[in-house]
Amino acid sequence: MAVLPGIEVEHRPSDPPKSRTRWIASEEASGLALISPTLLYALALLFLPVLIVIAYSFWTQDYLTIDRTFTLENYRTALGEPIYQDLLVRSLVISLVVSLVTVTVSYPIAWFISFHGGVHKNLWLFLITVPCWTSYLLRVMSWKVILGYGGVMNTGLLSIGLIDKPLTTLLYNSNAVVITLVHSWAAFAILPIYVSLEKVDRSLIEAAHDLGDNKLMSFLRVTLPLSLPGVISAFLIVMIPTVGDYVTPKLVGGKDGVMIATAIQAQFGKGANWPLGAALSVTTMVVVSAIAGLVVLLLKLLVRVTK
Amino acid sequence: MPDKPMIAIEGVNKFYGIYKALDNVSLDIAAGEFFSLLGPSGCGKTTLLRSIAGFDTPTEGDIRIDGQSVIGVPPNHRPTNMVFQNYAIFPHLNVEENVAYGLKRLKLDATEERRRVAAALEQVRLGHLGKRRAHELSGGQRQRVALARALVMRPKVLLLDEPLSALDKKLREEMQVELRTLQRAVGITFILVTHDQYEALALSDRIAVMFGGRIAQVATPKEIYQRPNTRQVADFLGGMNFMKARVTNETATRISVETPRFGGVTVDKPLGFIARNGAATIGIRPERLRVLWDDARSDFEVAGKVVDRHYFGEITHLIVDIPGLEQPLSVSETNNFGADDIPVGDTVRLAYDPDALVAVAD
Amino acid sequence: MSGRHGIPKSRWLPAYVGLYLLFLYFPILLLPIFSFNNASTTTFPLAGFTTKWYASLWGNSAMLEAARNSLIVGISVAILSTILGICAARALTRYRFRGKKPATGLIMAPLFLPEIIVAVSLLMVLLQLGLELSLVTVILGQVIFCLPYAMSVLISGFDGFDRSLEEASLDLGETAIGTFRRVTLPVVAPAIVSSLLVSFTVSLDEFILAFFLSGTEPTLPVYIWGQLRFAAKLPGVLALGSLMLLISILLLTLSEIIRRRAEHRLRAQGAHHA
Repeated sequence: MAVLPGIEVEHRPSDPPKSRTRWIASEEASGLALISPTLLYALALLFLPVLIVIAYSFWTQDYLTIDRTFTLENYRTALGEPIYQDLLVRSLVISLVVSLVTVTVSYPIAWFISFHGGVHKNLWLFLITVPCWTSYLLRVMSWKVILGYGGVMNTGLLSIGLIDKPLTTLLYNSNAVVITLVHSWAAFAILPIYVSLEKVDRSLIEAAHDLGDNKLMSFLRVTLPLSLPGVISAFLIVMIPTVGDYVTPKLVGGKDGVMIATAIQAQFGKGANWPLGAALSVTTMVVVSAIAGLVVLLLKLLVRVTK
Repeated sequence: MPDKPMIAIEGVNKFYGIYKALDNVSLDIAAGEFFSLLGPSGCGKTTLLRSIAGFDTPTEGDIRIDGQSVIGVPPNHRPTNMVFQNYAIFPHLNVEENVAYGLKRLKLDATEERRRVAAALEQVRLGHLGKRRAHELSGGQRQRVALARALVMRPKVLLLDEPLSALDKKLREEMQVELRTLQRAVGITFILVTHDQYEALALSDRIAVMFGGRIAQVATPKEIYQRPNTRQVADFLGGMNFMKARVTNETATRISVETPRFGGVTVDKPLGFIARNGAATIGIRPERLRVLWDDARSDFEVAGKVVDRHYFGEITHLIVDIPGLEQPLSVSETNNFGADDIPVGDTVRLAYDPDALVAVAD
Repeated sequence: MSGRHGIPKSRWLPAYVGLYLLFLYFPILLLPIFSFNNASTTTFPLAGFTTKWYASLWGNSAMLEAARNSLIVGISVAILSTILGICAARALTRYRFRGKKPATGLIMAPLFLPEIIVAVSLLMVLLQLGLELSLVTVILGQVIFCLPYAMSVLISGFDGFDRSLEEASLDLGETAIGTFRRVTLPVVAPAIVSSLLVSFTVSLDEFILAFFLSGTEPTLPVYIWGQLRFAAKLPGVLALGSLMLLISILLLTLSEIIRRRAEHRLRAQGAHHA
């Protein structure tokens, strides 16, 4: 399937070096001109809105009118109110757990396809990624079916006799949210790791064996560190979008598994407090980026240790 | 150069920023010549070829094809056609459609077009593969499709950018013969870019050797090989033994030198020769030294101890230490007479032809 | 090849992969299973086969409306994303200019952002601009989300396309426009088709942006969301969901086949470039 991260657009090494002559300058101009519609679109509908969100987070709203005086009131609410703190922490913990579990669970699969996939590598990749291209909403729904009181899990366990009455703890809590999210993101995490593993020069592993490493050691000392960029990519792809997930907590989270997205959405619905919604969004982004950054650093340190 | 040359390159400079890819290149190529641009990677030969084709524009200078300047003329309006290094076969068209590609714009009637395509394919011996696609062809076959596609356009000049470099040795040698035969049959000017000296020597009517964006020497293969102008050219086309000799006399075209061990000789003066401290560099090719067996004698011989021996199947390289010479001599001898058995440490006597000695400008 | 670089656990690895695939597919397969189930709750044991839930869809005008909307949005998003994607992919693979990395980063950013933040920020901007929420706003928003997918497909399509093919065309006498028509377009056509299919499918399945940015005209996922409150409607929703699942998988398989076939042809161009 199409590769998502890892977009390499370098030219062949035989091309002449950069210059300032008129010809190359016009190539640059043509290149910029060509990419400009897309770039402008992204600037207008992605970058600009984000800036506006940040701006809004410093204003206040009184029913339908926006008061543009600079204020930190929204941030005080977002960071100070226990309910929002609670939501934020819960969302971060869930996204952290989901991304760590997903990456760990997906790595062996990516490794299997890359090293043992043989001629059918692409087929394996396709099989693995097809589920993740289907409707996210439908996938969450299917977990509702599985984990429900009268759901597949319960009726299945009942019929085998492992339990004698249906479990109520399967659905409508954070565990359900975590399981559902891991399932949703599992295939997404495989791709970047796979791409990274494909780039690992097999002869390096053979060299490690030649120098005395057994299979486990060569994996820890050569393959794992070299595939780290892919792991980090996968981690970020899962963690950051997950923290703001709306559908899963709403459908399977119940009261225990509520996440910050619910609160954000409320501000844009009946709550009608855009500035607060903006502040909550910014806070979430900043905090999740910080934590993600920390985890990435930790991963890099860990790998350095295994050398 | 009789008549007007087919290609006249005058004072061409090409800059990429501060990097000078072509330095004051001037060259004349005659109609019907098989001309090679030879040199190591980065010497500017491909840049020059692409400038003739129209894919690169010289910063300064003029290029004239059949009398007409082509500076500013885009590649699709030039009377040249190119065979690209990776062949550039259109993957979405089959062989026939590829060859017919350039003919489409001529709006020929269908029978005529088909005839020309068939003739072109016959010429490169691919007549039976017309319906195949690129990924169903071998490297050698793709190369021939590229040739047919260019030749069917009947260009005045055919440009070939290292067309054989991707093929393995045996196939390359076969294709070299085919190229030469093809050029003679078709009769148009071929300009070949290559880094393989043997290829250039085997195929060309004349060769231009290039280093660092400059032309070092333009001559026939024999002249370039036997009378290289400079040390660089000599080294690039096979090995050469060099020694310093004392200049005893110098005229406009000849110099007389006193060599260590090889006696006094008078040789042609190379272009741009300047005696430094009254010394000249003299060279002799390894294969021009012949081992003298048993009692054989020669008027011109040197003797020394074999310090190393390398076997290459057809020939053996002997490294012979000659007292009085700074560097040991490299001798290339056929194994017909047992050169591969000469023990290291033995003394050998080597005969040479004084005509084989050349002076090179450093 | 098997076992050569394997870590000692290579015996349970295939079993693990099998289990993983089961984990991935089982929940999804439940939808069609229960959509044919003759009961209005999703419990085992199954109560017999029926197609009545599918039949009920045809008479459901609200659903058909939503389907029509999804189609309009999907096609528009596919075309728009692909066109913008072609410009960007061509620029990035063919030309040299400064700012490639930031530009790529910006366009790919939606993959790394929580969708809800993209949604609310767009909501704010579009409402500020005075636009009313409608299918148009959904289209505008979904393009931002589909662009990264379209770009990935198009970049790999353009990347494998050697510059010398265009030079050869010019060399043989063709004009620049003729070259584009006779060489560039046909060679990248599979990538373009692939991009259209992928963008359409992503748009079809997309929920959050549609939820936030649609006015009174829902797309299918938004419609489904609305129906989830009603337990009785669940089987019908499952039937609809199963159909959507089928369509998505078919379109994506088609897209992959097209892409693979083209890549196979291009790859044969030789090992001596890139």
